Amino acid sequence: MVEDLIPEMVAICGPDAVVTDPLELRTYECDGLTAHRCAPGLVVLPETAKEIAAVVRVCARAGIPFIARGSGTGLSGGALPRTDGVLIVTSRMRKIIAIDPVSQRAIVEPGVTNLSVSTAARPFGYFYAPDPSSQVVCSVGGNVAENSGGAHCLKHGFTVHHVTGLQVVTPAGDLVWLGDGTGAAPGYDLLGAFTGSEGTLGIVTKIIVKLTKIPQLITCLLAAFQTTGAGGAAVSAIIGAGIVPAAIEMMDALAIEAAEMAVACHYPQGAGAVLVVELDGPTADVLADLAKVRALCEQSGATEIRQADDPDERAAIWAGRKSAFAAVGRISPAYIVQDGVVPRSSLGSVLDEIARLSAACGIRVANVFHAGDGNLHPLVLYDDASPEATAAAEELSGAILDLCIAHGGSITGEHGVGVDKSKYMPKMFADTDLDTMQLLRCAFDPVGLCNPGKVFPTPRLCGEVPGARRAPHPLVASGQVDQF
Amino acid sequence: MDAMLTELSRACRLTRAAEDSDAVLGVTPRYVASPADAGEAGALMRVASGNDLAVVPRGLGTKLGWGTPPTRCDLVIDTSRLDKVVEHAAGDLITRVQAGVSLDRLAETAAGAHQQLSLDPPPGCPSTGTIGGVLATGVAGPRRWRYGTPRDLVIGLTLVRADGTIARSGGKVVKNVAGYDLGKLFAGSYGTLGLIVDAVMRLHPQPAAVSYAVTQRDDAQALSEAVAAVAGSELAATAIEVDRESRDGPVRIAVLLEGDPSGIAERSRLLAKLLGEGTRTGPEAPDWWGRSGPATAPGTTLVRFAFWAAALPRAFAAIDAAGHAAGVDPVITGSAATGVLYGLLGPEADPAAAAAFVSGVRAAIAAGELDAHLPGVPHQSLPPSQASAVVLTSPPEVRRSLDPWGPVPGLALMHAVKDQFDPGHIMAPGRFAGGI
Ligand SMILES: Cc1cc2nc3c(=O)[nH]c(=O)nc-3n(C[C@H](O)[C@H](O)[C@H](O)COP(=O)(O)OP(=O)(O)OC[C@H]3O[C@@H](n4cnc5c(N)ncnc54)[C@H](O)[C@@H]3O)c2cc1C
Repeated sequence: MVEDLIPEMVAICGPDAVVTDPLELRTYECDGLTAHRCAPGLVVLPETAKEIAAVVRVCARAGIPFIARGSGTGLSGGALPRTDGVLIVTSRMRKIIAIDPVSQRAIVEPGVTNLSVSTAARPFGYFYAPDPSSQVVCSVGGNVAENSGGAHCLKHGFTVHHVTGLQVVTPAGDLVWLGDGTGAAPGYDLLGAFTGSEGTLGIVTKIIVKLTKIPQLITCLLAAFQTTGAGGAAVSAIIGAGIVPAAIEMMDALAIEAAEMAVACHYPQGAGAVLVVELDGPTADVLADLAKVRALCEQSGATEIRQADDPDERAAIWAGRKSAFAAVGRISPAYIVQDGVVPRSSLGSVLDEIARLSAACGIRVANVFHAGDGNLHPLVLYDDASPEATAAAEELSGAILDLCIAHGGSITGEHGVGVDKSKYMPKMFADTDLDTMQLLRCAFDPVGLCNPGKVFPTPRLCGEVPGARRAPHPLVASGQVDQF
Repeated sequence: MDAMLTELSRACRLTRAAEDSDAVLGVTPRYVASPADAGEAGALMRVASGNDLAVVPRGLGTKLGWGTPPTRCDLVIDTSRLDKVVEHAAGDLITRVQAGVSLDRLAETAAGAHQQLSLDPPPGCPSTGTIGGVLATGVAGPRRWRYGTPRDLVIGLTLVRADGTIARSGGKVVKNVAGYDLGKLFAGSYGTLGLIVDAVMRLHPQPAAVSYAVTQRDDAQALSEAVAAVAGSELAATAIEVDRESRDGPVRIAVLLEGDPSGIAERSRLLAKLLGEGTRTGPEAPDWWGRSGPATAPGTTLVRFAFWAAALPRAFAAIDAAGHAAGVDPVITGSAATGVLYGLLGPEADPAAAAAFVSGVRAAIAAGELDAHLPGVPHQSLPPSQASAVVLTSPPEVRRSLDPWGPVPGLALMHAVKDQFDPGHIMAPGRFAGGI
């Protein structure tokens, strides 16, 4: 029983770092995906890597599942707790240990928020490139677990491209380093394989990240189009011209309308779609690219183009885009944030098909997305007071994922699989693919105590022979382990 | 005909008895098979695992002399017939290629759409190897400063496991976080986890213009300052390389700029100013550019040093002290800004001295001389070692007197991964770190 661990947890972390009060436990019952809820059996708030290792060792010995949680902003239920498990929260581990501008590295604790790395690096002329929209709140540990991206990953890459060392507590409770900070450590790239593993391979206790030089010039441009198709054509034209903007974001008419109501961003009236294109780099290169992007937008039928010439104007252009998710909340009682990816070249046809699906079932879909890398965020609007509407919205949301898969894309570009999408994994991957991924899991966590039940639908137990499963695994039958 | 050959030939039509020239670092296999597709490769692996045959995958063979010799090798799986460019989606900047496709072929295909696989060798250098081999060894040249290494560019993988299971991970879109990323795991795994059948690679647009700035410095300290100045500037270099012929000579620096022609002109001017008098700029790479790549002539000892960039002057000091003590004077070349240098000793170098040189640098690493040196940061907040010296290739005598891989942190987990993917240890046994 998880309660039996309380005295040991108190001994490890101190009495004020162990949460047992039912009311307080409930504040941890979900992450950013509030549809899935479950109050944890126990919450611990350790302050050091050693404490986490000790907590995990206790859990491992007792056979109690444990789950890491950073800031709880995840959108796939990755940090969803278990009543029979311990939730290990990193919010008291917020030290920035070092900034090394010459090596272009920072060392941080896992609870450090994404934005504060950039804030700490700024005096040296650097920033931390992966910038999820949740960057004010989300933790770097959570970013590593999700391999988070952001609007600017089109040019600058994802979390995995910016992490060169991880100190982790393995599911057995050992403290080990993956990578040595250089980016060229000998041996298997376990660091790369761990990044994006959604907390299922261990708990991150320190992170060495790359810092990126702040560009000489950042500029951005807003282009309005009559249709998303025309906007999509402009995206293809820009990429086809060999330009790599820092970001290309698109919003459709419904999203624009919502943003207008929320923040009065004054995007061109009546636009069917807007593109926000940001360019960064050395001044002369940026200016040259900017002229090309303008011309390409015009050729693709842009009805209006605005250009930001200073940080305030840039902020004004981004205001609408940044407010979009929250803004949609004002025009609908509830909405599902979907996260799917299609090859950029299929953007136009996929958006058309989403529109058709939406019209067919009478459910509105607002599209706000990272157009440059084909990462769609359709927002499916519905009334959660009605169970039928809720079910229909979920069905539409799932149909959108099917579309992504049919076009050779992915069921998630940045929010992760978590509990939310594990059932879609078999649509994207064959059993043999999932079993092969499971081998990595078995190497790290043979007994399956580390964030069980996430990412993979009913994985094979470690050591189980492939083939049809006719009877329960002997370990399950004897009650020694649960099958998650 | 021997029975095993018959069985292997049933799995893969083009299977033959091996010849001496098929040896992998002195270990001659019994058979060589050239599967036509993933199906044949899977069937071959099923026969191999069923009969405990040790398998070494082979591309063009350019890096077979890398790593350590296999402890045994019965079957070489040659990927030369896995030579199809399956897809090049120019609009999506990706290509899916089979493992045996050469970098040249891939470059040619991508160039048709003014695109490139942003791994060196850069234009002008002879390119070598297959995509499978490049992934398996994880090699990268000068442009790693901007684009990273193969693990940063692989977005999807099809592999055959030791037991013949065919599996996929990733996909063909650049942004994708569904499932574990086995592409990262297989990049740099030297064939010890399974056979790479095909890979989806991210491409980049070819730059409209390039320019190199070349200059030199008298000593490592001055060199380090120049490298840090360029790396810390807003000039967005694509590569920052250094090269030194001999200990007492000057160190050359070359910086590659890529981008819009008008931007390049402006940046070249600023870069020349930053690097000071005597800097030449132009579209041609210096002849030593990226020379660690093609330098795998027989008998060469090629050592890769990696460290945090701030340790650059101390890395030179340690390399020089070790070289002096061992009586060798290696060429030093590499991507200084990323903290990667290569030491090159020709076939004429005395193997004992070459080994002593590497051991000398490792001793300095063990003593913390190449560490990050972050004031006020307790050592338990840092990886146990922040530098490494790996012998990528060398004459057998050098390999025999020291472990080419040196100390590898996290080895226990690596063994656990190996045991899961290849429980019978038939995939390139002994080729990798820690005896894997
Ligand atoms: C408004 C909003 C906007 C968002 N925008 C983006 C975006 O632009 N791009 C994007 O990629 N994501 C975005 N997200 C999703 C989310 O912010 C990211 O996934 C983020 O990385 C989660 O960080 P967190 O600290 O909140 O992690 P949590 O939600 O606490 O946890 C997420 C996962 O990480 C694991 N985890 C947490 N800490 C650790 C650790 N120390 N060791 C091991 N595993 C750990 C958890 O077990 C869980 O599986 C957004 C979310 C919101 C609410």
